[in-house]
Amino acid sequence: MISLSLIRKSDLWYSFTRSRSAMVAAIVLAMLILTAIFAPLIAPQNPYDPAQLDMWKSELPPIWDQLGEWPYVLGTDTQGRDMLSAILYGTRISVVIGIASVALSLLVGLSLGLVAGYFGGVVDNLLMRFGDVLLSIPTILIAILVSTVVRQMLPPELRDVGSSAVLVLAITLSGWVQYARTVRAQTIVERSKEYVQAARLLRVPARRIMVRHILPNTLTPIMVAATLNFGMAILTEATLSFLGIGMPPGQPSLGTLIRIGNQFLFSGLWWIVLFPVLQLCLLVVSVNLLGDWLRDALNPKLR
Amino acid sequence: MTALTVTHLSRTFDVSASWLNRVVERKPRQFLQAVNDISFTVPLGGCLSLVGESGCGKSTVARLVTGLYPPTKGDLRFAPGKKGDALSAQMIFQDPYASLNPRWRVKNIIAEPLRELKLRDTKAEVTERVEELLRIVGLSPTDGAKFPHEFSGGQRQRISIARALASEPEFLVCDEPTSALDVSVQAQILNLMRRLQDELGLTYLFISHDLSVVRHMSNRIAVMYLGRIVEEADTETLFADPKHPYTKLLLQTIPDIANPHRDREVAAGEVPSPLNPPKGCTFHPRCPMAMACCSIEIPQMREIGGTRVACHAV
Repeated sequence: MISLSLIRKSDLWYSFTRSRSAMVAAIVLAMLILTAIFAPLIAPQNPYDPAQLDMWKSELPPIWDQLGEWPYVLGTDTQGRDMLSAILYGTRISVVIGIASVALSLLVGLSLGLVAGYFGGVVDNLLMRFGDVLLSIPTILIAILVSTVVRQMLPPELRDVGSSAVLVLAITLSGWVQYARTVRAQTIVERSKEYVQAARLLRVPARRIMVRHILPNTLTPIMVAATLNFGMAILTEATLSFLGIGMPPGQPSLGTLIRIGNQFLFSGLWWIVLFPVLQLCLLVVSVNLLGDWLRDALNPKLR
Repeated sequence: MTALTVTHLSRTFDVSASWLNRVVERKPRQFLQAVNDISFTVPLGGCLSLVGESGCGKSTVARLVTGLYPPTKGDLRFAPGKKGDALSAQMIFQDPYASLNPRWRVKNIIAEPLRELKLRDTKAEVTERVEELLRIVGLSPTDGAKFPHEFSGGQRQRISIARALASEPEFLVCDEPTSALDVSVQAQILNLMRRLQDELGLTYLFISHDLSVVRHMSNRIAVMYLGRIVEEADTETLFADPKHPYTKLLLQTIPDIANPHRDREVAAGEVPSPLNPPKGCTFHPRCPMAMACCSIEIPQMREIGGTRVACHAV
């Protein structure tokens, strides 16, 4: 019942097949995500396993260079870590953190937005002003604050394990507000519509009215925002890792790889930073292209 | 037998600006008196119509009667129904485009009352009842699998009626059920509602601004102006012998096929803002019969030969 109608689905599919950029973006994104998921099967090396690192093979350039060696297609870093494997595993972490933080933001944002919009009054004011406060602080500052504080609270042996969870929490804390606002605005519109009054006449409980009647009618703008925010979340994670407060070097995400590579940029070891950067760009650009297409495709004025 | 007794019902809305704006701009709190001290009864199995211009409080009365708004003052009492407990009111809404959830299939829309009120036990019984209801309102049982946007306005209003009937109500509040429809479709819907009233013994509170629709539907008519009932009478009495000057004005606005260019008195002025209603009788600034006392004293309801009317000049 929540899924879009068949007609709508075929409209969306039609517009998808007509948009070359969306198709290319979807194919690229699918490949990136698939290779990230199956990284353990594809990657020549497990970059987390110090036993597989060979110091004699460190600082090898990419394979097309004269000094390059098989199977280190994209070269190795100063520890002898294969860059291709590190990138595949790093993408995996970035994608997981991106998806998890968008999912958590959606959960928090949708429920708070629905409650604020449906009940209005004091509840609405409190929730939305709290959101305003969070929005008035730059995302990156909130994330730095949360990740530093939470990390200090964790026992040392859990710090590395918990860092992905901390990152998700930090990104969610500022991410949910946008969903909450969008859903709240839409809920206020839908609540006054007569089909909601009809349900209230039947004494349908408020929770069920919100979830089954109102929520499905607010999802169109949310889908667009969630897609675009998936790209943003990956970027925020990369920024935090680049600043050294995200994923630790033992479990590098794309941001961590860029931070490590950045140190060697001027020693001529360009491949250590360039390939993770390219991968990150490819990932975020394809997500954003897909989000842009979705926004246009779901906009009735542009049909 | 009366189905519904309403006594001295009032409803006020707080339409003040937000606290911050009030403080900064030194504005007082503002209240809108949407319904002001109205009393009426609806006979069991009959149809009472409320008529009046936009903004006179008709729809607020509908929402008060169904319980969507709590009354500020006054009382409304339903008579006991067939099962012994008080009648429950269901509603048919004005806008057939907003009254059906666009993401639900029609069969689920109609089945919702059955499921919520647990009127049928098994899935098969629910499906059977939904198909029966679709047939009752003149649609095909196969229409249940479609979405609301696949139907025309008149068909949507039929779905709306089927949903209202699903909860087996004995009292139906119809808030301008035909005003969003074409004239030809209006007649179909009205005839359907008349038929259902006869077959199921329904009681209607019918709300409309269209006097010709009301004449077709109702036993008794109450005319509202700015939140008050100004005249209430049996349908034919009201049309034959209107007492209140506002009722006379309304009747003159009905188009007459036999005499399209008859000399109509055009009423001066607009409906005053309900935020700041005129003192005394609220109709006095537009009234051709206004006297000195009309702008001072609120006229009381009086009964003159079966007609209840609130006017100093009658």
